[in-house]
Amino acid sequence: MAPIPSFYETPSPPGRTGIKAWLLTHDHKRLGLMYFWAVLFWFAVAITIGFLIRIELMTPGRTIMSAAVYNSAFTLHGVIMIFLFVIPAMPAIFGNFLLPIQLGTDDVFFPRLNLLSWYLYILGGLLAIVSLFTAGGFPDTGWTFYVPFSVGTKHNVPLTVTAAFVLGMSSMLTGLNFITTVHRKRSPAMGWMQIPLFTWSLYATAWVQLLATPVISITLLLVIVERLLHIGLFDPDKGGDPILYQHLFWMYSHPAVYVMILPGMGIISEIIPTFSRKAIFGYRAIVASSMGIAIAGSLVWAHHMYTSGMSDTAVFVFSLLTFLVAIPSAVKVFSWVSTLYKASIEMTPPLLYALIFIYLFSVGGLTGLVLGAAGTNIHVHDTHFVVAHFHFTMFGGAGFAFFAGLHYWWPKMFGVLYDFRRAYIAATLATVGFLFHYIPMFVLGLMGMPRRYYDYLPQFSRGNGLAAVGGILLFSGIVLMLVNLLLSLRKKTAAPVPANPWGGCTLEWTVPSPPPQQNFLQEPRIKDYPYDFSDVPPPSPGT
Amino acid sequence: MDSAEPHPIIPYQTLILVLAALLVLTGVTIGVSYLDLGVFNVPITLAIASAKASLVLLYFMHLKYEGIAIKASFIGTICFLAIMISFTFWDIAFRH
Amino acid sequence: MAHRYDQTGIRIGMWLFLYTEIILFGGLFVLYAAYFHQYPSAFADGGRELSRGIGALNTIILLVSSCTVAASITAIRHQAKRLCLLLLAVSFSCGGFFLLNKYFEWGYKFAHGIYPNSPVLTGGPAGRNIFFGLYYVITGLHGLHVLIGMTLLALSFVLVYKNKITGQRFALLENSGLYWHLVDLIWIFVFPLFYLIL
Repeated sequence: MAPIPSFYETPSPPGRTGIKAWLLTHDHKRLGLMYFWAVLFWFAVAITIGFLIRIELMTPGRTIMSAAVYNSAFTLHGVIMIFLFVIPAMPAIFGNFLLPIQLGTDDVFFPRLNLLSWYLYILGGLLAIVSLFTAGGFPDTGWTFYVPFSVGTKHNVPLTVTAAFVLGMSSMLTGLNFITTVHRKRSPAMGWMQIPLFTWSLYATAWVQLLATPVISITLLLVIVERLLHIGLFDPDKGGDPILYQHLFWMYSHPAVYVMILPGMGIISEIIPTFSRKAIFGYRAIVASSMGIAIAGSLVWAHHMYTSGMSDTAVFVFSLLTFLVAIPSAVKVFSWVSTLYKASIEMTPPLLYALIFIYLFSVGGLTGLVLGAAGTNIHVHDTHFVVAHFHFTMFGGAGFAFFAGLHYWWPKMFGVLYDFRRAYIAATLATVGFLFHYIPMFVLGLMGMPRRYYDYLPQFSRGNGLAAVGGILLFSGIVLMLVNLLLSLRKKTAAPVPANPWGGCTLEWTVPSPPPQQNFLQEPRIKDYPYDFSDVPPPSPGT
Repeated sequence: MDSAEPHPIIPYQTLILVLAALLVLTGVTIGVSYLDLGVFNVPITLAIASAKASLVLLYFMHLKYEGIAIKASFIGTICFLAIMISFTFWDIAFRH
Repeated sequence: MAHRYDQTGIRIGMWLFLYTEIILFGGLFVLYAAYFHQYPSAFADGGRELSRGIGALNTIILLVSSCTVAASITAIRHQAKRLCLLLLAVSFSCGGFFLLNKYFEWGYKFAHGIYPNSPVLTGGPAGRNIFFGLYYVITGLHGLHVLIGMTLLALSFVLVYKNKITGQRFALLENSGLYWHLVDLIWIFVFPLFYLIL
């Protein structure tokens, strides 16, 4: 039988050639890859800036940059990481590539809207680049753009927040597309309780993307309006209340962290059963907790504001609600660990990243309770404790889940496999570096070192020095990981990667690696239970 | 899951009746604004506006004839909006 | 790539987009609620400075235009193409009248020194400054949406004229109608909150 042409060879819509076959594509798989390269670029830029920030903080006083540049550096690092990497990466790359296949269909519901989402992502990135070089340079406000500084500073806030606005539109439209696809384009035999957990996580995420993003849109619009018209909506001299800005800002930005973590949790929920060769423990509980996290996450935003001057009643209420939102996340950790218990475990790079995720995310989540409790928050707010907490959750959590997904779906997307040994070394190096980089920050924060400060008191030198060592190891580990993955693309192996190298049981493992343009050559057979391993062949990765 | 049968066509008569009701309610809300009902002015005004909005949603936007997906997600959106406003009041209503 | 013409799915997509618009304006209503709580009498005074007559007229205009847009869908589904075009033209014109009224309303206020960051406002009571600040931002953003809605209605008009929208395939008309109704919905709340609070 002649080999089936993959989607690389078959443009969609048909007839286009060369670069136009990519820039004008309707194929969700091509779009996923286009996002991959763009996101990888921004990730590389952002971790490099992060690395430079760490070098600057390695010694007290000036190390490699001035204080003004430092303020723009941490703003840039935050803006790129949040709006150009962590929020889009998993939905736009893996969601686009895999959601239609996991649902047994041929594409998303609105393919052209999907293409528009990609162009909005690129436009947002370009606007961010332009804002580096225009009218006052990149903002120095921190990625949170708090008033009054964001309204008063001479740096180019309007262009940067416009970039964030455009990126928000990209995110909203992706969410809209995924929701419609899940409702209307599932394989007819696939009921709601047969949808794989990664797709469920994307569905929950999509609702947050859709409903929460408009809040940041209006908030950023108001920053621009205030800079242009000086109405005074947040200016106490003119009757405004600056705390209301913070309310509006966090009404989006807290749910945004669940946009960041939910798809990552979905990835872990796929990897754990595959390499345990055992059905996931508590499928329904994981579905319910995904939707629960999405809903509960919209109730707690003001836990970022305990010291802002808001009422004591609000402090109490939001602190109480914050503790509640930890419960659905704990349900998931419990389910993953229970799946591993008495399972037939096969160690692979995706599983190693998934296990590291469980540990790092749990630490991050537990330190979130320290921050969520109002009493302890007063002591650590705006210190490096916060910085360590959100890096454990967003980097150790979402970031490592992203790496796990890369290693899991790499053969499906590219039809090649990477070197396992280098992958393990990179993961270990990155994790050791991660721990030495961020654990000192918890201690520094408790000792009182503020965040976003260019300089620090002598007693914080040792912690910062240790963090720098960790940072170098972390950076090296990440670079090695990326080099290993990218090197695999140059391999022209004689034996193509099989459809199911890992022994996974969701639908993407029933189609060739890489898939044909229309995904399925015949109507896929939908199992009654998505994690039924009874007829799945054992893994054969071939390395 | 396919849509061979779009929802029913809304007759002109229904649309005119709904418009008449909307205009009446507009008159009512303007009339009420001339009365001083103290703390009840705002809730009554919002209630009338919500009634008008419901008519537009149910008939002009044919929400009445839509499936559970749109009805439930619309309610969910309004709930999120309600939380946005009401939870902010935990702060501003209890300031010193 | 939707091989079948899934009109329900297209409509679901449009409703999802409308939710984003509701929340977008919702953020501004958060500010209104907070500031109304803080400056109740200044808001009432500000409301008295706005013309109830023009506000009511604009409300009626938008309600009528919502009815005609809904009726245009009934018309095309009854194959009454010319009636559909007429109704769309009426809706479009209503939008135009609305914006014209707004232009005169704003112009009148500007002439009396009431505009964003004006000395009259910044020198006066804080609550009045916030009331009119919100007034301009909310009605301004709403006006922008009226313009977008009018554009969609005009596009629908052209497509109905060219028989690209028919009694069988009318998703675009339906979605333009939904957008227009949203514009009406927002005004249904803006009108009492700014013009009728006393």
